[in-house]
Formats: sequence, C-alpha cells, structure tokens
Amino acid sequence: MSGDRRGGKRRGVRRRRVAAAFAVNGLLVAAATFAAFPLLWMLAVSLMAPGEASAYPPPLLPAHATLANYRELFAAAGMGRYLANSVLLAVAATALSLVFNVMAGYAFAKLRFAGRDRIFKLMAAALVIPGQVAMVPLFLLLKNLGLVNSYGGVIVPALASIFGIFLVRQYALSIPDDLLEAARIDGASEWKIFGAIVVPLLRPIIVTLAVFTLLGTWNDFMWPLIVLSDQELYTLPVALASLAREHVQDNELMMAGAVVTTLPVLLVFLALQRYYVEGLTLGSVKG
Amino acid sequence: MRRRAVAWWFVAPALCVISVFFVLPVAAALAMSVTDFDIYALADWRNLRVVGLRNYVELLQRPLFWKALGNTLYFVAVGVPLSLAASLGAALLLGSPLARLQAVFRTALFAPVVTTIVAVAVIWRYLLGTRYGFVNYALGALGIEPIDWLGDPRFAMPAIILFAVWKNFGYNMIILLAGLQNIPRELYEAARMDGASALARFRFVTLPQLGPILAIVGILTVAGYFQLFAEPYVMTQGGPLQSTVSVLYFMYEEGFKWWNLGNASAVAFLLFLLIFAVTLVQMRFARRGEAWR
Amino acid sequence: MQRASDVTVVRFWAMGREGEVVSALIPDFEREHPGIRVDVQQLPWTAAHQKLLTAFAGDSTPDVCQLGNTWVPEFVALGALEPLDAPIARAALDAGDFFAGIWDTNVIGGRVYGVPWYVDTRLLFYRTDLFAQAGVTRAPASWAEWTRALAAVKAHAGAGRYAMLLPSNEFEPLLALALQQDEPLLRDAARHGNFASAGFRRALAFYVALFRDGYAPIATAAEIANVWSEFGRGTFASFVSGPWNIGELDRRLPAALQSTWSTAPLPGPRGPGASIAGGSSLVLFRASRGKDAAWKLVEWLSRPEIELRFHRMTGDLPPRRSAWRDAALAADARARAFRDQLERVKPAPKVPEWERIADELRVIAERTARGDMSVDAAARELDARAERILEKRRWLLARGARD
Repeated sequence: MSGDRRGGKRRGVRRRRVAAAFAVNGLLVAAATFAAFPLLWMLAVSLMAPGEASAYPPPLLPAHATLANYRELFAAAGMGRYLANSVLLAVAATALSLVFNVMAGYAFAKLRFAGRDRIFKLMAAALVIPGQVAMVPLFLLLKNLGLVNSYGGVIVPALASIFGIFLVRQYALSIPDDLLEAARIDGASEWKIFGAIVVPLLRPIIVTLAVFTLLGTWNDFMWPLIVLSDQELYTLPVALASLAREHVQDNELMMAGAVVTTLPVLLVFLALQRYYVEGLTLGSVKG
Repeated sequence: MRRRAVAWWFVAPALCVISVFFVLPVAAALAMSVTDFDIYALADWRNLRVVGLRNYVELLQRPLFWKALGNTLYFVAVGVPLSLAASLGAALLLGSPLARLQAVFRTALFAPVVTTIVAVAVIWRYLLGTRYGFVNYALGALGIEPIDWLGDPRFAMPAIILFAVWKNFGYNMIILLAGLQNIPRELYEAARMDGASALARFRFVTLPQLGPILAIVGILTVAGYFQLFAEPYVMTQGGPLQSTVSVLYFMYEEGFKWWNLGNASAVAFLLFLLIFAVTLVQMRFARRGEAWR
Repeated sequence: MQRASDVTVVRFWAMGREGEVVSALIPDFEREHPGIRVDVQQLPWTAAHQKLLTAFAGDSTPDVCQLGNTWVPEFVALGALEPLDAPIARAALDAGDFFAGIWDTNVIGGRVYGVPWYVDTRLLFYRTDLFAQAGVTRAPASWAEWTRALAAVKAHAGAGRYAMLLPSNEFEPLLALALQQDEPLLRDAARHGNFASAGFRRALAFYVALFRDGYAPIATAAEIANVWSEFGRGTFASFVSGPWNIGELDRRLPAALQSTWSTAPLPGPRGPGASIAGGSSLVLFRASRGKDAAWKLVEWLSRPEIELRFHRMTGDLPPRRSAWRDAALAADARARAFRDQLERVKPAPKVPEWERIADELRVIAERTARGDMSVDAAARELDARAERILEKRRWLLARGARD
C-alpha cells in the first residue's frame, strides 16, 4: 500500500516537473520571440517588393523574395560608401584605442607611479558625467584643430575610454606579481615585459574590449551626426537616420538599410559573444 | 625609480586623450553655462557676456524645461522597473535548470542590445504604424481599436518606453544571470528541505542574495535612463505636442538647433546634478538594505 | 570647393523634395556651363537648420544653399551670407519681376542676400458646393463676409460637421491674420514685442472667436486622422493652407469631388487681406571660394523657363511674375487665387529671434484657442516672452551694432 502511494507521489512529482519545464521553456520561447521578432521581420520586409509591406493584415513573409531593395540601396543611395566608412572608422578606432587602453589599464593595475590611486578615483567619479555635456565644447575644440568633418574628428575622441581602462585593469590585477618581478630581476625593461609577458596574458580581455569598442563605435550615432557634415563621410547609422527622414513611405528600402546596418555587428557578436558576455559580467563584479 | 618614470609613459597617451577630449570640454561647458553664448557670439566672440547664474534661473522658469523633466521622470519611473523586471524574469528563466537550448535563447534575448539604435528605431516606427503596424494588428486580434502610437500625445511615451525596454533588457539579464549562477546551491537545497515553495525560495533566497547586484544594476539603469535621447530623436523628434521631449533632447535642441550653448550647458549640468543626487539616494537605500540583512 | 584640372565644383545643399528634384535639372546646367560641375547634397528639413549652423560653426558651409526665407535673417546676423547686390546688378536680374513681398524677405539692412527660388503662402481652401448650399455663392473677401459665410455654413451643416478646420497647434493662420494689421508684430526696430497693440489683439480675438463660435473644432493636426478625406467627406468645409495641398487634393480626392472645391485669397479686415510671405531662397555663403560659379547656378535656376520646369516637377510656385504668364499656370483655376494673394504678402519680422518668438506664438495661440487664457492675457504673455528673447538684440543694438 505504501509502495503504491510512494509510486503515485513520484509520478505526481514528475508530472509537476514536466509541467514546470513546459512553462519555463514556453515562456522562454515567448520572450525570445518578443526579442527577436522585430529583427526577423526587418529581414523579411527587406526582401519584399516595394509597397508590399503596407498591407492589412501586415505580411510576415515576402511573396517572392527579392534583392531589389539592396540593389537600390547600393546603386542609388550609395550604401557601399557608408558601409566602407563604418568599417574603416570602427576598425581604426578599435585598433588604436586598444593600444591606449591596454597600456593604461596595465599600468594602473601593476605599475606604481605618483598619484596613481588618486587619478584612478577621479576617473571613477568622471564616469557619472553624461557624455553629452562635453559635446558642444568638444565640437568647437575639434573645429580649431581642423578635425571637424573628417575621419579624425570621429576617431580622436574615441582613442581612450575610462570604461576600457577599468576593464583592463580589473583583469590585469590577477597577473601574478612574482612573474613580473622575476622578469625585472632578469634585467628586462618594462616595455619588454609588457610585450612578451603581459599582453599574451591579457589576450582574453583584449578580445573582449575589442568587441565592446567595435560594437560601440559602429553603433555610435550622435557624435558622427554632429561632427560629419559631408554626406560622403557618413557612417551607416547617420546615413540611415538621414534616409529614414526622407523616405518615410519606403518601408522595404528602409528595412534593407536597417539590415545592412545591423547585420555586421550581429555577426561579430555571434562569433565572439562568449567574450562579450564575459566582459559584461567581469565589469559588474567591481573590486 | 626609473620604473615610476616609465610607468608614466604607459598611461600618458590615454590620460592625454581623456584630459584634452573629455575633461577639458566638460570644464569648458561649465564655464559656458555662466555665459550667454549664442549665435551672435558664434559670429563674433565680442558679443559674449558673462551672466552668472542667469541661465539656470531662467531655465527653471521655462515651461518646456519642466515638461522635459516631467517626461524624463515618467520614462525613468515606469521604464526602469519594467526593464529590471523583464531582465530579472528572463534571467530566472534562462538560469532555471529546466531550460533547454540555453545558448540559443540567450542569443535571441540579447540580440536587441547589440543592434544600432537608429536601425531598430526605424523598424519599431513601422511596427507601431497606425494602419499597417504589427502592434495594432495584434491588438486588433484582442479586440482593441488601433492606437496612433507615435501621433497621439498620450501614447508616444509609452511607445518609447516599450521600445527602450525591448532594446535594453538583455544587458541587465546577462549580469543578473551571472549573479544568479553565483548563488550557492546549498541555500536552495536547505530551503527545499525546509518545505519552502518556489515562490518562497525566490523571496527568501534569490532576492536577498541578488540584493547587491540588483542595487548596482538598478543604479546604473536609472542613471542610463535619465539620459534618454536617441529614441525620441529618431522616432518622434520630441513630439507629438512635446510629449517625448526629454531633458537631453531639450539640451540638444537648445545647443544644436538654436545654438544657445550657454543654456544648453546649463541644462546638461542640471541633469548631471539630478542624476548625481538620485544616485546618492539610491546608494543610501542600498546600504541600508545591506545593513538590514 | 575643389578645383580639379579646369572643372570647378559647386557644392549645393537643398532640402526635402526640392533637393531630390533639382538633381534632375543639373545636367542641363552643366551642359550649358562646361567648366562647372554641381554636387547636390540633399538635407531632410527636420535636420537642415541644425546641420547648417553646425556647418557654419565648423567652417564647412557649401557654396550655394536653399534657405527657408525665414532663416535668412539669422544667417545674415551670423555674417554667413554673401550680399548679392553686385551680381544681381551685373546680371541685370530684374527684381521688379519678383513678387514684392517675397523679394523683401531677402532684403536685410538695405542689402539683398538671397534670390527667391519658390514661394509659398497661406490662403483659403473651401468646398464650393457646401458653401453654395448654405447660400454663399462668392468666396468671402472681408472678415465680416467671412464670419457671415461661416455662420451660414455652420447653420446648414449637421452635428459633427464644421465650417472650418484650424489645427490648434499651427500658428500660420494666426500669423497671417496678424500680418494683415497695420501695426507691426515687433516694434522699435524689433527691440520689443508689439503684441499688446490693438491690431494684434484684434487678430487674436478674431482667431479665437472662430473656435468659440463653433466654426472650427478645437483639435490638433495630429488628432485629425486624414485631413484630405475629412475635407472630401465634408466634416469641415474649409481650411487655411498652402500650395502643396492643391496637388495633394488632386491626388487623394475621388474624381467626382474634384469640381467641388476651390481656393480663394484670404479675407482681410476691410477687404482682400495680406498673407504670409513664405518660400525658399537661394543664397551664397561668404566662405565659399567659388562664388562666380555658384552665382551662375543661382542665376540659371532663376530663369523663368527653368522656374516653370521646376514648378512642373515639384508643384512649388514660381516667384517671378513672368513665369506666371505661362499658359498652363495662368489657366490653372486654383493657382489663380495664389497669383492674386502673392501680390499681397508680407514678411514676418526679419530678425533671427523671430523663429523662437513664432514658437511661443504657437504655444500661446493654442492655449488661448482652448480658452485657457483671455486675449489680453495672451497678448501680455507674448510680449513678456518676446521681451526675454529679444534681450540680447537690444544689448547689441545699444552697443552700436549695425541693424
């Protein structure tokens, strides 16, 4: 008798667990749909014929998938140029800022110099200041340096970031001191130590920071909007914003533009998401 | 000793860039906020006058500034809890031992975060279209009349809130997920053996353990949401009827549309002070919550 | 502006639809001027003002630019525009051929800074059949006739239908009524607001009465789902708008309704009244290094036959009387009212601060229309706000700056 009851309870528990699993996974599907649907719809509409999306009920899939919108974008609207600008600026800013931020992050973690901790605290405080405060004076400063309306105007302010330095420092703290001391005793210069020992050890965080910076500069919209006035220098987000204001009726064309702007970063993210996620969690576990 | 000198070479480039291209402009902005810099001064700097706190005083008397402040507070008060709830919910689901295909779901849930705001704002503008938009179509299936999301002053801000939550909830979800995974299993085991239900386990184990991380995430999200700008800029241009003008959007118009840089800088600093004050209050609450545990 | 071999490149910024369309005209210009190439950059209207000021601050202004004529005073105050008196005289461009009020918008401090490209004004669009059914056979010509006509139409219309549509968040109709007065909107060389004058208060009172007496519903432009279809349905029998709506109504109303609407000049206090002198001008920037080539483009675009081609492509109205003598345009019944109105247009105050004051006018006018303020209180409030906005100008003038 007791055996039956125990069997019954186990079956009940299993049923409850199956129901719970359905609930959890069902909710996950719903949430994932909520998150991913606009992006998938963007892709679908970009492949539709012009005017097809303005129908009721709104269509989910194109009747006949076509690349006409992409052709128009690249041929007539000059998307190729904007894509090239975005790639150039994102890669240049990332590569250069990596050098600046990694050097500084390592130094704040492992090298001693006068005022190190005080400067670090000041930088932490500066994180609270909204970037837009500095925009107008920065614009006037760049104008006097002759950098307005040029690639330099976009790259130069991005060459170093407090967040990047923090990230590298956090990671670099875990480098064993004796390793560095041993190299110093052997007579190696600080630069040699940096290049031969530190950088290889920092590789994971370097990749993470690279992904962060790449995504950040690619997606940056406000600053290039202000600093670039020549249409030829526009990056994808700026060009898309401009096109969107003119072609309010051309859904399909705009979606194609949105795909071109979003796809590269999505691909980079998909390939390197492990590093990005690690970096986020690392950044949140503040010392 | 030489090591100290060399160390300076490591930090000098970055510190130079930060000082010249961030600290200096911020200081200049502070200085500008006590002048009446405008297009006349742009034409000829001799037309510039130092006016002390007049910009700040006049700003506090302008109805549009208060409207912008109200809109921003509305956005923060509704958007932050919604966003945190969504992030926490998603993190709980993803972290559940019952979940399958976690990598796939995590990617899908996080995808909106990495997209360019301009591109997704364009998408959402069409999704929220009155006649052909999906949102109204779905609402129609529930029997609700089509809403002019971006043209009706009552619904424009809710539309922006929905959009902002969609775009950002994945970011905090990842952080909270890491926090959840750091909670020792034994605590849950002990609670289950004490006969605690799932809800009770959530209230008495999960929430308190997540407390510090939730506090930090909350503070950062609030600070971020106060800086609402790109969404109104791309989707509604502050309209309709100025119902989506945020403080930063107001600053942008003052500074770049009218070139009243004195006023614009004053707005930026007022916003900074507001965020700073709210952050301090939040930190005090967080500390009190910690001590209470 | 670059010089590659013998070719001069002229950078031309144009906005919105005009920017799209003008590119189609450029090949003909380049054929006639072999040494010049034109690089057209199109700006959306919503970002144009900001981009232009940013370009000025960043020393990257173009050679030629389309500028809404209410923006001309601002750029003149910045010292950004090149005076055009000399090139106009050399090219023997006949200023008298342009509508006087329109030409005047480009004259600041006695010098000409722009050449009008196309014009825009506001006048009455109305349903001739609905008016006729109410016993109004002729378009009203004075305020008194206008009020009588609206009352008749209202009496004849059913519930839920109105004699007129005035979106409560637009300020142009009120501005037109105010411009019809003898008193200027700003007084003392635009040092102070003049909204407390009898003329403005009369205009504001007339405007408010249109709502209060039930001729127009209190609704913002956004709340009216589709202006054109409502007009077609007779929900309201008239509205005040600009030339673009001729094309829109042509396209959107069914063929059966095309003979039931027409346009008429704005009624004024004592007879046909003035209206807003709107439109865009072509300007040259002082920082340009290819002003000769740039001027050639402006001159070419100002030819009557080119203006007509532009009109046929955009629907924008030409600013020269000689262009209006074209057969098609002269025969267009609806455009005729515009031709008439354009002889009686007045510019808004030509000071940079006017845009901001117009913004305040928009807000206060709406509140007054909704009954939140009395006319006198509104006039006082407008004067107070104008006082604050014009403070810097007063200081500059006191210091001896040129007007």
